[in-house]
Amino acid sequence: MSKFDRFGLGLAKGLALTGKTLLSRPNITVQYPEQRLDVSRRLRGPELVWVALKCTGCATCAKSCPQGSIELATSQELVDNKYEVVEFLVDHGRCMFCGLCVEACPFDALYMGRGYERAAYRRGDLVLPKEKLQMSADRQPSAYCRPEMEAELPLQTLLVYGQTRAKR
Amino acid sequence: MAIRTQPVSINIGPQHPSTHGVFRLRVTFDGEVIIGLEPIFGYLHRGKEKLAEARTYTQFIPITDRADYLASMSNNWGYCLAVERLAGIELPERAEYIRVLVGEMMRISNHLMAVGFFLNDCGAFFTPLLYMYREREKLLDLFDMLCGQRLNYNYMRIGGVSQDLPVEFLPALKKFVQEMPGYIDEYEQLLTTNEILLARSKGVGVLSPEQAVNASVSGPVLRACGVEWDIRRADPYSIYPQLEFDIPTGIQGDTYDRFYLRIQEMRQSVRILQQAITGIEQLPHGVYRAHVLSLVRPPKGEVYSRIESPKGELGYYIVSDGGVSPWRCRMRGPSQLNLTALRDMVLGWKLADLIIILGSIDIVMGEVDR
Ligand code: SF4
Ligand code: SF4
Repeated sequence: MSKFDRFGLGLAKGLALTGKTLLSRPNITVQYPEQRLDVSRRLRGPELVWVALKCTGCATCAKSCPQGSIELATSQELVDNKYEVVEFLVDHGRCMFCGLCVEACPFDALYMGRGYERAAYRRGDLVLPKEKLQMSADRQPSAYCRPEMEAELPLQTLLVYGQTRAKR
Repeated sequence: MAIRTQPVSINIGPQHPSTHGVFRLRVTFDGEVIIGLEPIFGYLHRGKEKLAEARTYTQFIPITDRADYLASMSNNWGYCLAVERLAGIELPERAEYIRVLVGEMMRISNHLMAVGFFLNDCGAFFTPLLYMYREREKLLDLFDMLCGQRLNYNYMRIGGVSQDLPVEFLPALKKFVQEMPGYIDEYEQLLTTNEILLARSKGVGVLSPEQAVNASVSGPVLRACGVEWDIRRADPYSIYPQLEFDIPTGIQGDTYDRFYLRIQEMRQSVRILQQAITGIEQLPHGVYRAHVLSLVRPPKGEVYSRIESPKGELGYYIVSDGGVSPWRCRMRGPSQLNLTALRDMVLGWKLADLIIILGSIDIVMGEVDR
């Protein structure tokens, strides 16, 4: 019987907390497409961003990729005293966004992206050639492994500080 | 007068909401009482150990994330520590502190999930879990700030960590550490003295210390049986010898003890975090990685090293032939070995108890099947 001699007390304690939370209405849920969070400055988001001008075609990124999702080819002859990158393909369907390629690139030519909402209907649409990997308005690089870029990006919204949407 | 019934076998899973992943149990019942249990693993087998043999040492780190995906930082740590021991790499002090910080954050976040889902299995449908998700979300925000993803961190590297802490990190973590004890009190207020929970879990699924040790159980499940065994003390690594913390133990080894022990462990983790924050503030910025060649080639040999992951003893056994990738890499997943003790716990209990006993072990199938 000892198990039940205080019956109701623990239950009431729990319900008191639930009631308190109900009345204080903590603001946590984000109404997603209308409200958005500022993502992490180091976001390893889809998709990779590639800067043609800086890339030397050294293939360090392709070698460091655990999934083998980067494929590149350079020209056979020197063009302007440098080998031209004729092909740079990233299969984002195989990529696991680990960031090892970005970390390995010695010329800061490859960045992780800051974007999201990159779903595609076909697997083939996830394989991006070099024209589509370039920086553009909706393809911004993140500061992952590029600490010098960190200060320029907006601060991440943090729930610890009670922030639940981007400050705009 | 007992009614004689025929034993009935029932398959629970592989896709059952209370099996915590793709896990199948073939249970034999006599009436409603369990008289036999056969766990069937392997639905999530991805051949990680074999994948390691085809990758360089660094390339395997993101794949360890996917083993125990609720505590991927600890997986990173266990693996990196094994390779560092094999190659004899010394870490800078700041890297050790960062690792302890993220390791203990990971423990809190994992225990929040474990406790929340346990209560969920008990029938407190999602209300307590969402309280715990609130704090877990704060931790995931911090992890996101650190390494850019919320679940698969890939943050540690052989010889340190991939990037230094951002400047905003420590103030935010400090605020979290300050508030966390209050939140843990809230969780206790919600359910630890709840009569229904006590009736459901006290004395249910008892595992004796002998059975536990016999089955190589580790982590909170072992400590709940009253065995004081924590790798952080028993086989110290990193800077744990310098830190002060207690090892909570249970009394009976029942389901309730396993649940309550995790809440106590969260308090200890908060204590460790406080000390580690004080420690790291005195260290210079920027030295977060030892100088290691990008293609690590440990000398010929083998190593077994273990850490206390939130779920138990996470060990990595690596054999190197001097090349760029491991010749053999074996993971000792704590969930898997804890799961082997399930039969000892459930025999003689009923179907509804099976669900909460399974919930109290805190398994992640990614680690069981690998
Ligand atoms: S992020 Fe990782 S998986 Fe993706 S291309 Fe880079 S190295 Fe390969
Ligand atoms: S590592 Fe950098 S510079 Fe070299 S090929 Fe890849 S993107 Fe280009």
